[in-house]
Amino acid sequence: MDGLMSEIVAKYNYWIYVILMMIGFYAMLAKRNLVKKLFGLNIFQTAIILMFVSAGVKHGAKIPILDKHEVLEHGVNVAQVVNPLPHVLMLTAIVVSVSVTGVALAILQRIYRRYGTLEEDEILEKIKE
Amino acid sequence: MTDDQDQLQTKAGTSGPIVEMAVRIMTPFIQLFGLYVIAHGHYSPGGGFQGGVILGSAYILLGIAFNQQIAMRYFSERVNNMLASGGALIYVGTGVVCALLGGLFLDYSALDRILHLGPIEWRSMGIFIVEVGVGLTVMSIMTSLFWDLGSGGELEKGL
Amino acid sequence: MTGNLHIYVLALPLVGALLVNLLGRYSLRLVPPLVLGALALSFAAALKVLSGVLEHGAFSYTVGNWQPPFGIELVVDHLSALMLVLVSAVALVASFASLHSVARELADRQQHFFTLYLILIAGLHGLILTGDAFNLYVLLEITSITTYGLIAMGRGRAPLSSFNYIIMGSIAACFYLLGVGYLYILTGTLNMADIAHIFPTVQGNVAVATAFAFMLIGLWIKMAFFPLHGWLPRAYSDAPIGTGVLVAPLMTKVTVYLMIRVMFSVFTPQYEFFQHPGVQNAIVWVAALAIVCASILALGQRDLRRMLTYIIVAEVGYMVGGVWLANSQGLTGAILHIVNDALMTLCLFLVVAAIASRVGSLHFDNLTGLYRKMPLTMAAFTVGAFAMIGVPPTCGFYSKWYLILGGIEAGQWPYVVALVFSSLVNAVLFFRIIEIAYFRTEGDGHVPLPGPIAEAPQMILQPLLLAAVALILVGLATGPLVEQVIRVAVPGGL
Repeated sequence: MDGLMSEIVAKYNYWIYVILMMIGFYAMLAKRNLVKKLFGLNIFQTAIILMFVSAGVKHGAKIPILDKHEVLEHGVNVAQVVNPLPHVLMLTAIVVSVSVTGVALAILQRIYRRYGTLEEDEILEKIKE
Repeated sequence: MTDDQDQLQTKAGTSGPIVEMAVRIMTPFIQLFGLYVIAHGHYSPGGGFQGGVILGSAYILLGIAFNQQIAMRYFSERVNNMLASGGALIYVGTGVVCALLGGLFLDYSALDRILHLGPIEWRSMGIFIVEVGVGLTVMSIMTSLFWDLGSGGELEKGL
Repeated sequence: MTGNLHIYVLALPLVGALLVNLLGRYSLRLVPPLVLGALALSFAAALKVLSGVLEHGAFSYTVGNWQPPFGIELVVDHLSALMLVLVSAVALVASFASLHSVARELADRQQHFFTLYLILIAGLHGLILTGDAFNLYVLLEITSITTYGLIAMGRGRAPLSSFNYIIMGSIAACFYLLGVGYLYILTGTLNMADIAHIFPTVQGNVAVATAFAFMLIGLWIKMAFFPLHGWLPRAYSDAPIGTGVLVAPLMTKVTVYLMIRVMFSVFTPQYEFFQHPGVQNAIVWVAALAIVCASILALGQRDLRRMLTYIIVAEVGYMVGGVWLANSQGLTGAILHIVNDALMTLCLFLVVAAIASRVGSLHFDNLTGLYRKMPLTMAAFTVGAFAMIGVPPTCGFYSKWYLILGGIEAGQWPYVVALVFSSLVNAVLFFRIIEIAYFRTEGDGHVPLPGPIAEAPQMILQPLLLAAVALILVGLATGPLVEQVIRVAVPGGL
């Protein structure tokens, strides 16, 4: 029990990401409103982005903005600088997330204009008629 | 709506003189900051996507504070479409030009044959051309997303 | 120039898409030449790439001259050159039918449709070429987002089916991204060859297994492997005809190719097949179940397009089972089936486009007497049907032959039984349509039609006949294809 608690406290950030992912997943599966499903997807993607970014953090490290003259003189001490590669990858992932959200919202507008509602069960009722 | 809220809303559906004046002062600074972020992308935090979002947010701010018709006077749909395709064409075009000039795709040192600055300098400056293209495209797309979604596709009456 | 050819295969449709977007608003007559020109040049470049690879061997290419593992690497070997030729050929042939049917269905939105269309094709080319795990995620999302848009342009239920596809497709891509994240945390690099290089020194077997499971499940949802196939029937049958002709033959097959890449370039065959043998058996069982269930579901359909989409799900089951059989016959059969299934699905969906352009609805009751009115179309349909059933000398027979041989050699009898069962069910399905179209006359609940039913328009008929002839030619050319291209692509030691 003691070992388990210290595990959870030491890696608390990863546990938060897991909880966020599960919230997003639950919203996608269980909610009936289509917009809520879409935002569950958004929460899921955000949790993955957070996990990636926190994978590059080091103890006592600073942000990866370097001063040109200092680098030319002393060189870069990698252990003092946060890994910038996950940041760059996650910029791309954020762009992808925004694009998917944009396309999905446009499609939801079309659905609303045609069926008059955004609840999944009401739409299925209207289709059966 | 109550009486004082009525007084705040002008006839054109915009948000009232205080907000209008504040937005009119802020917009040039926002756009300048967006250009700064794009231009510093290859050297410090920033880049095409971030700067493009800031530039787009200037137009979105216009769309929120004033109404859609007035905002679209500054950035019409035709220009929007041209900039969006043009920005992406700048990106792919740079890559293809580099490939045609004998280097690899997006190998900026091949551009040394057009403008003599030295291959190493070109590898640092070439990213800037690509960032400009990305910034233009992202600005157009952010604005277009807001306008199309906010007006339900008809672009007549916005939020 | 020749060193950059595969980049032109990717860049030409992309430039074409942007030009269609720019120039299409001024004159819609510029759209067909731009589309066909870009795709024809791209196909020519892909042919040259394949001949270059057959002569000189595989090579890798670094974008921007940044050396791997820091830069993005493109891998051009026999398998990817073959897939490039396949995708560009299918795209070119399908675009004729798409141009015609979009001009009819979506009259004033052609430039938007073809912008998305060309970006989708560029994304597919990029997926085939890439050698970097994160780049694969980005290109996968590019192809998926354009497909969401293309499907949502249809009528009726299309936006709702597309939204369902958005939810499931984005979950799949996020799972894949999670897997890549795990691999990055474990190995510190994103380049596929480099990850394979570092793997033997990595501790933490549970993490590696989790990464593999996430990536695999993400790819399975994208390729509609039963039981994760729920989005596919509605999405592909509610889409506009012009979308179905391109997307149905290509998307799932390229995702199967991606699964082969991930399994053989990133993880090694030793790891997947031999460390946990129970997993391999289980997956072949699930593949057999996929084939049987999808074939039975296809039997219950009364609409031609919906039936074809369930057959696509069954074909994906063939390919996944073939790859996981863990012997070279099975893998050869799976790769050959990617090529053959793309051509067969192209032929059948072109038949659907031809019938839809004249008859309007694809319900079985509307197909009566078509053999007399559209003889060439139905002749091509018969060739396609024989290929799906697996009759020599069409190509479908040879890939099934390799798959059955591989199944017998691996001792996976449920898989072999499922393959034979599926051939019989396909025979029932297609002969039922041939019977309706040939023997039944009108008056059996026949819906009156908009115009005189003549032969299909030339723009759909010529590609259709080309596809039907290609089925037979590729079947006859199976020998050289397997010997020179596919055998080299299969990794040794299997």
